[in-house]
Amino acid sequence: MANIINYISNTTIPIIIVLIILYGIRDKVRVFDTFLDGAKEGIEIVFKMFPTLLGIFLAIGVLRASGLIDAIVNLITPITNLLEIPSNILPIAILRPISGSASMAVAVDIMQKYGVDTLTGFITSTIMGSTETTFYTIAIYTSAVGIKKTRGILFAALAADIAGMIASTIICRILS
Amino acid sequence: MLNILWPAFITLSVIYAIIFGKVEELNEGIFNSLSNAVEFSITFLGTICLWTGMMKIAQNTSIIRKLNRLLRPFINFLFPDLKNNEIAKQEISMNMIANILGLGNAATPLGIKAMKTMQNENRKKDTLTNSMMMFIVINTASIQLIPTNVIAIRTSLNSQNPTAIIIPVWIATIFAGVIGIIFTKILIKKVK
Repeated sequence: MANIINYISNTTIPIIIVLIILYGIRDKVRVFDTFLDGAKEGIEIVFKMFPTLLGIFLAIGVLRASGLIDAIVNLITPITNLLEIPSNILPIAILRPISGSASMAVAVDIMQKYGVDTLTGFITSTIMGSTETTFYTIAIYTSAVGIKKTRGILFAALAADIAGMIASTIICRILS
Repeated sequence: MLNILWPAFITLSVIYAIIFGKVEELNEGIFNSLSNAVEFSITFLGTICLWTGMMKIAQNTSIIRKLNRLLRPFINFLFPDLKNNEIAKQEISMNMIANILGLGNAATPLGIKAMKTMQNENRKKDTLTNSMMMFIVINTASIQLIPTNVIAIRTSLNSQNPTAIIIPVWIATIFAGVIGIIFTKILIKKVK
């Protein structure tokens, strides 16, 4: 059984790739040229992200090395225990709505430290995949049309974020 | 926000390290984190380019048309005020499709276009309309068919099973989306 599950998950990525390519050929897309166009956008993403990644890695690096992060985690553990959220994913929960690349950097750091395939790594991935940079999204769409009165939309969006994070934690706990 | 947190973290860490005699570890920590950022970015570059390339192919297929048809009933339900505004509905649909395919770069300009179209019919120009509120909340919930960014990160970090998070992500997203929609519907009624 474990073998079958392993086999299925190992074939997921290749199958998605082949399906997309075949679909492209069927619809007469110049698949290779189009792939190159898209891959170029990937370079841009990494380029834009790198400075933030470096800055955040630096901050986390010194927080860890100095031992300060352990002191902070000890302080907040009682609160996170109450919410049933592992305290080591709290930085993600706080940063996620504020900054996309910063939270991504922290997510990478958490998964390097605690393992990608651990419960912590799983919850971190799920939160990253299921929530958005709420503050940025609201700011960009309201400012684009010059709107000032947002009728409390931030609360609805943050409620959705929190719900997504709690759901991520619960689902990962059930599945692991 | 990060303009306050970032310097605070670094300064406090340095002071803390000096007090508790961890200067050597601190030094090492600084340079390890820098090379770590470079190393990760290089492996990530490969995996993310694979996915942005693949999604570009998907974007050029008829999948767009099919998703458009599939989304129609949802859009009609979520945006009852846009009954007769076919252009706005079309733009919202395109924005949602870009999000579903994980094309963040394409989604934002499409979304801004939709906002501008909705603003044209807005009678109070400084206040969000009901449809705009719903549209923004939908955009803050990340609806994605394949969470390519996260899969790319997991692949770069040598996960045994990078795609194992797809279904948990779907469930969490749907849950977050439903809560967001309910809260927005309440706000629409209560806050004028």
